[in-house]
Amino acid sequence: MDVVSAEQAVIAENAGAVAVMALERVPADIRKAGGVSRMADPTKIVEITEAVSIPVMAKVRIGHFVEAQVLQELGVDMIDESEVLTPADEEFHVDKKAFSVPFVCGARNLGEALRRINEGAAMIRTKGEAGTGNVVEAVRHMRAIQSEIRMLKGMDDQERAGYARKIEAPFELVLDVANRGRLPVVNFSAGGIATPSDAALMMQLGADGVFVGSGIFKSENPEKMAKAIVETVHHFNDPKVIAEVSRGLGEAMPGIDVHTLTPDERLQTRGW
Amino acid sequence: MAGKIGVLALQGDVSEHVTAFEDALGPDGEVSLFRDASDINRFDGIALPGGESTTIMRLIQKAGMFRPLQQYEGGIFATCAGMVLLASEVQDDSLFEPLGVMDMTVKRNAFGRQRESFEADIECAGLETPFHAVFIRAPVVTRVGYGTEVLASLPQGYVAIRHGLHMAFSFHPELGGDLRFHRLFLERLGL
Repeated sequence: MDVVSAEQAVIAENAGAVAVMALERVPADIRKAGGVSRMADPTKIVEITEAVSIPVMAKVRIGHFVEAQVLQELGVDMIDESEVLTPADEEFHVDKKAFSVPFVCGARNLGEALRRINEGAAMIRTKGEAGTGNVVEAVRHMRAIQSEIRMLKGMDDQERAGYARKIEAPFELVLDVANRGRLPVVNFSAGGIATPSDAALMMQLGADGVFVGSGIFKSENPEKMAKAIVETVHHFNDPKVIAEVSRGLGEAMPGIDVHTLTPDERLQTRGW
Repeated sequence: MAGKIGVLALQGDVSEHVTAFEDALGPDGEVSLFRDASDINRFDGIALPGGESTTIMRLIQKAGMFRPLQQYEGGIFATCAGMVLLASEVQDDSLFEPLGVMDMTVKRNAFGRQRESFEADIECAGLETPFHAVFIRAPVVTRVGYGTEVLASLPQGYVAIRHGLHMAFSFHPELGGDLRFHRLFLERLGL
């Protein structure tokens, strides 16, 4: 769960979040503020790491390896090389193998996911469209990855080699995915999840977990929403539980129809 | 070996535990997931996976599993966060109420944060050669009660212990394919 203060971090921890993302602004506010968005102030990150016992993540700009060095130095538990911040390098992502702290990176399809894993990402999250409260892009990206994996399973090795070239991913990783029938790292869903049903939708589509960014603390009752989403993720196949926890949550975050966004406003196209 | 193992599937590295026990039990065994207490007594043993102890405990309480887990009579195989759950006391955190299945005091994140996570070959009682252990934001045991066997320790504290049918580890024996601890656990269950 994305949090911007120690109080919010404690709410997330008490709700059962497995980690928090320490930010200065949630993606919905980053979107509103515009301009260049950068790594959060270390004071903010330290304040949050000291408030909770669960792992704390923080974001760096795509390709900004010095922001990553700073976060590693601060002792964050995982770095998110994120399209939500303004990219610092339009050609290269961070060389994640050079770090001891693990990284999570966004992806819209299998090729993008495998390029990030090849650079050393320990976890993938589908990008979705952050800060919109609209799950449609998260669904698109999760379906894309899952369907590509299913296709790979049916191919012979020659076809897999051809496919690896087409999606610009290393052949060894493509082969590994085909054999496992899944990515070699966990794949969470992110970008637009705003309700318990959204979270369960992503889990049923094959996510190993979900990131909820603006969806918690931009809703009317963050504490209830956080608990309801945690509960749903653990019982994602049980509509009875989802129905129960969805009652009386108050307003979810205000949403944005992604079709009204100009190409410049779409965060998911950052990174490649 | 025929035998039934249940893996607590609320949060954490559930699938790694399933794979490890499937491999250790062989084709006749049965490994299932459980999310509530309704059928835990049909398992010969259960595994409490690594993950976030705060999160898992909250979900255990929510699912009404606190008492049933305390009263469970089979063996419990607990790693990392699972070790914290089994303890009787968590050092420096009086608000966290563990299950108290094993009389011991646990210190969470005893080695530090994620960047201090490490792998090491450690000597273990009952194993002829060292065990390659993966420590991830790992806890340690700082005090054990009467009758507890310490299988391995590091300067920070005990990292592998056994009491009766139960085994608890700071590290993750379910990762890396070395199933010697799983076999020791199953052996004592008569499997």
